[in-house]
Amino acid sequence: MIKKVTVLLLLSLVISTSAFAAAPTAQSVQASVDSMWVMIAAFLVFFMHAGFAMVETGFTRAKNALNILMKNFLTVSIAAVLYFLLGFGLMFGSTAGGIVGIDSFILSGREDIGFFLFQSVFAATCATIISGAVAERMKLKSYILLTIVMTGLIYPVVGHWVWGGGWISELGFVDFAGSTVVHLTGAVGALITVLFLGSRIGKYSKGKANAIPGHNIPLGALGVFILWFGWFGFNGGSSLAADPQLVPHVITTTLFSASAAILSSALYTLLRFKRVDPSLTLNGALGGLVGITAGCANVSLTGSLIIGLIAGVILVEAVTILDSKFKIDDPVGAIAVHGICGIWGTAAVGLFDVQNGLLYGGGASLLAAQTLGIAAVILWTTVTVGGFLFIVTRFSSIRVSREEELSGLDFTEHGSNAYELKDTVLESNAAPSPFGTDLVERLNSIGNGNVSNVDQRNTI
Amino acid sequence: MKKVEAIIRAEAFISLREALSHRGFGGLTVSEAAGCGKQKGKQGIFRGNKFEINLVPRVKVEMVVDDDQVEGIIGLIVDQCSTETIGDGKIFIYPVEEVVRIRTGERGKEAVL
Repeated sequence: MIKKVTVLLLLSLVISTSAFAAAPTAQSVQASVDSMWVMIAAFLVFFMHAGFAMVETGFTRAKNALNILMKNFLTVSIAAVLYFLLGFGLMFGSTAGGIVGIDSFILSGREDIGFFLFQSVFAATCATIISGAVAERMKLKSYILLTIVMTGLIYPVVGHWVWGGGWISELGFVDFAGSTVVHLTGAVGALITVLFLGSRIGKYSKGKANAIPGHNIPLGALGVFILWFGWFGFNGGSSLAADPQLVPHVITTTLFSASAAILSSALYTLLRFKRVDPSLTLNGALGGLVGITAGCANVSLTGSLIIGLIAGVILVEAVTILDSKFKIDDPVGAIAVHGICGIWGTAAVGLFDVQNGLLYGGGASLLAAQTLGIAAVILWTTVTVGGFLFIVTRFSSIRVSREEELSGLDFTEHGSNAYELKDTVLESNAAPSPFGTDLVERLNSIGNGNVSNVDQRNTI
Repeated sequence: MKKVEAIIRAEAFISLREALSHRGFGGLTVSEAAGCGKQKGKQGIFRGNKFEINLVPRVKVEMVVDDDQVEGIIGLIVDQCSTETIGDGKIFIYPVEEVVRIRTGERGKEAVL
């Protein structure tokens, strides 16, 4: 390390011109390297929004694709602006009794813009979790109102309690990168909103849950890979410094937990449904990532594998129970992934923390602190989101009309479809849509010995 | 004149098409069809929820031919499209009242040849 710093120092001495009056010191180089890492991590977390957008679009129907994309884009931008105006101050301003921050609004008196940037991309993540759970039926404007409240108030207060020097952090509660702060908060918000919203038309009939297959699982799979990639920044950047021991450890536990969760959820779906369920296995990867987020710096590599293995099984059970037993319609599994696995991940720190974990002989005090923290966050989010939606639903419905839902939110809320406009035939200057071109192309390709196209048709 | 309408397995279409053109039958209309018969559908599963696929995909081939050619075509289709398992499809024969070639206004037999 010292060697590297010296090399960098010497290099910068050569490069720097007289314009840079102060000679770089070991501290200033360290600060630059730290800042660089946090910036890279912020970009990675930002890119996770592409992952969320793709997972949510792919796991739902084609007629609602534009609506989901718009929700994701608007969430990112609302969070950035609002976190600057309000959220950052509430979260990281000087504490008022451990409850809420009271200064640093619009970054007044603050110079750590890098820290702000990293935190502001986090804030958007929390809100965007909701958009998947409420997909295909919530009004865009109601969703936007909720996003404003989530990123402007609900999330920053939780963040203050845990990361901003608030009362939960005083208990010794450990949540390194946000299993509870980001994921559980978002998931509880999602659950409460779904309870107000109800299930999609056709999801439940005669007391039975019906399958509503997503329209593009490969897109969803790409989204999961993007999220996984971004998660290395989400967890790794939460070190807030380019620590040469901590960062590789955090990234390895992140990789291990997701891998273990994929294996266990794939195997578990095979045992339970006699098939390896692709979309549940993809959710399993995310469940493993959420599960390790709290403890990624505090558990051993073996511990991260065990946390992931358990998260994968919990995820599959949670999706199934929420879906069939409690009839909570969550098209993308956000409540199970971020909520149930978030609870598991936070509690798992109490078990697997190498210093204070129950399984390492550290006693039950950390586990108790973790449990209390989880309960407090669930209570706060339930009360605030529930209260907000209770008031909003007195004035107007947060759900689109039946007709709008059936024809798809894309056309009714945004005026066009994601993939095609079926009625181009009606446009006077356009050639009539050649009905069956698809079939013609495929059958003609048969003559060239290309059999595969027809074969695919036969195996739905 | 008769119309021969055959619902066949999509994968059998290639060999049927070749056999037909080998015998000199050039004109046909193909469309995608979905249906059910004795063959049971499939059961799918998505996120733990089972769903039925009751209609199976097939290809529908339609040809209008002279009365004395019908038996030959039936033989050809059965020959090419039978796998001797449930789900091979059906052949329907209909009488055709009149045929008109739109380009020339020709009618009857001349219109299909």
